[in-house]
Order: sequence, then structure tokens, then C-alpha cells
Amino acid sequence: MADIDIAASFEASGIGPVLEQLDRELVGLKPVKRRIREIAALLLVDKLRRDVGLTAQPPTLHMSFTGNPGTGKTTVAARMADILHRLGYIRSNHLVSVTRDDLVGQYIGHTAPKTKEILKKAMGGVLFIDEAYYLYRPENERDYGQESIEILLQVMESRRDDLVVILAGYADRMDKFFTSNPGFRSRIAHHIDFPDYNASELMAIAELMLKEQNYRFSPEAREAFGRYLDARMRQPHFSNARSVRNALDRARLRQAVRLFETRGHALTVEDLMTLGPDEILASRVFAAAAEPAS
Amino acid sequence: MRITQGTFSFLPDLTDDQITRQVAYCQRNGWAVNIEFTDDPHPRNTYWEMWGQPMFDLKDPAAVLYELNECRKVYKNRAYIRLSAFDATPGWESVRLSFLTDRPEDEPGFALQRQEADGRSIRYTTRAYATDKPVGSRY
Repeated sequence: MADIDIAASFEASGIGPVLEQLDRELVGLKPVKRRIREIAALLLVDKLRRDVGLTAQPPTLHMSFTGNPGTGKTTVAARMADILHRLGYIRSNHLVSVTRDDLVGQYIGHTAPKTKEILKKAMGGVLFIDEAYYLYRPENERDYGQESIEILLQVMESRRDDLVVILAGYADRMDKFFTSNPGFRSRIAHHIDFPDYNASELMAIAELMLKEQNYRFSPEAREAFGRYLDARMRQPHFSNARSVRNALDRARLRQAVRLFETRGHALTVEDLMTLGPDEILASRVFAAAAEPAS
Repeated sequence: MRITQGTFSFLPDLTDDQITRQVAYCQRNGWAVNIEFTDDPHPRNTYWEMWGQPMFDLKDPAAVLYELNECRKVYKNRAYIRLSAFDATPGWESVRLSFLTDRPEDEPGFALQRQEADGRSIRYTTRAYATDKPVGSRY
């Protein structure tokens, strides 16, 4: 019997670059990357098995992403279509991103066609349902969300080689959602939990975001932003990367004002690109952190 | 009598797998696939009933096959079903590909009718036997 060369088929599959890109462009998220690696390995081995005539059901790849706000659920989902397509699991590289509004109708008989329409649109690719727990509203017994859930479940089961469904939402509410819809939990093979970022990861994210927009911190501003993160993480309603993005947006605003008010000086490209420490230190967060906790 | 209309009609009927690949070809070209059906097989009957709307925004043949199977549930062996692909790039929808996917098991065919006209001339026309019966109960 011929030897099976797993290294060669790994090379040929083009999975390596995909995983490297993921490592490079997404900061932290260890459990997520590990799970994607596992899925990639499974699909590769599956393909090898098929090549030598060992048949098996194609694996179910429906996923649920849970985690706190701003931990990158939506970003990873958008990447997922690309990854699964390159791994050869889905036929086309497209992601249909929907929320409750797109699935649930407003009157009797409206929900089923609406849900089916979305499912058809997503076939061959990935259906991403953001804030999936809104589908189920126990407080209103006439809510049409349940009907939508039933159709989703049926399609997830019967046409699993036609589409991959990804649910996303905040951890506690998704737990409640799965408890009241046990069918959902068992039909989803991959429950991936997105951990919160630590301070150094947030710093890396901030620098990545700035680089994408052709900005950078001055050394003092970088140090100030580190202190800003420490203070902000202790405050309520901290939403990870989203808070970082908002803070950076405000810093850009202050930088623009500073440049505008010091007009008269000749500006260099350097000036336009650099965020100074004042932009960070002007933040309300520092004032709040200085006050004794009430 | 076996009706021959549209592309591939002199070939054996396409299997679902072959239909899937034709649809994939259409979608790759950006054409909108549409499902139509009729129980009047006359060749001059151009405008068939539409099964839903043309599927402009679907990207995968599995979704079209799903609709085709829904249509078959209702009209299998009761009507002809065809797929048409529309190309909108000229600025209007023009048919690029059209083929029959399903036909009734029993196709009675056509009668040739002669009409005596002025001066011993004769006019010919064809009439489908199926249309003897009212719409909805022809097959």
C-alpha cells in the first residue's frame, strides 16, 4: 500500500498561508486560532481519507461564537468564509450577515418565506447570524422568532453540505438562548469562546489599527495610551477592541483640532501622521480614575 | 410525441447533477436563473407561468435546485418545467440559456389542421391534443 504524504498535501492545500495570515492579522484569540487549526487539520485528513476511498460523512461545521463585546466575533466570522473556502469546505467565498430583522417577519406567514430567502442566499457559503439570542423572545408567546428557529434547525441538519451557519452573541445571553433551544446546542459542533484581551494585546491592536489608517503614536503618546488602557479596563462598559477603536477615533479628533489651532506653522507629513501625548491625556478616563471610588 | 424546445432538447433529459452544473455556469456568468412552467406545449406559447421571481441574488446552484424541487412538488407530471437564464449586461434582461428540466410522462403531441380558404387554398395550423382539456387538468 502506498504511503500517504501528509506534508505534501498540506503544501498543496494552501492552508499554511491562510493560518499564517490569521496569526499575523488577529492579535491574541488563542482558543479561536487553535480551533481553526483543528478544523483545518480535520478537513485535510478528511480529504486524504477520501482520496484512498475511506468514506465518511462530511463534518458539521456550524459554529457559535460567544464572548464579550469587542472581542472580534464579527471580524473572525467574516474571515471564516474565506478560510473555509480555501480549505475547500464551502463552494463559494461569500458571507451573508444577518440579524433578527432579516429572518423574522412581521405578521403570520411572513417569517417562513423570509427565512428561506436568506437561507437560499447563503447557500454555498456562510450564514452569519449576529446577536442570535434575539431570535428567541420568551416574554412574547406570539413572537415569530420560534418559527424562524425551527426552519434554521431543519436546514442546518438536512443541508449541511450546502451551508455553514455561524451564530454570535454575548456569552451569558447565548447561554440562555441555548438552554431554551436545546436542539440548537446539539446541532452546533463548535462552540468557540472569545476571551477578553489583556493590556498588551489591546496595545498591539491599537497599533495595528493606527497602522492601517496611516497614523502612529509618538513614544510619549504610546506610554500615555498604556496608562489610558489600564484606567479604562477598570471602568464599567469596557468593550475591548471596540473601546480601543473609539478611543483612537477621539484621539484623531483631538489631533485634528490641535493641528488646526496651531496653523501658521508649516506642517510636515510626520505631523499629520503622529498622535501626541496630549491627545491621549485629554481623555475623560484619566479624570475619572483620579477621583476616589465612590 | 417528445417535445423539443430550448437547449439540449434532443439529448436525454438532464439529471439533477447536470442541471446543477448548468446553473453553476449561469451563475458564474452573472445571469439570473428563472423557473417557469406551463401545460400548453404549443411552440408559439412563449410566455410561461413564473415560479417565483428570477433568482437575481442567489450565488449557489443548491438554492436554485431547492426552488426547482419545490416547483416539481406541485407540477411534476402536470406541466412542463424549464429553467431560463437572463443576462442583464446589455441594459435589459435577455435570455442566454433556456432548457426543459421536466416534462409530463405522457405527451400526446399535435394535430395538423387544415382550413379551406379562398380559392381552394389551404391554411395549416397545429393544435396540441393536450389543450383539448381545460387548463389545470391537461396532464
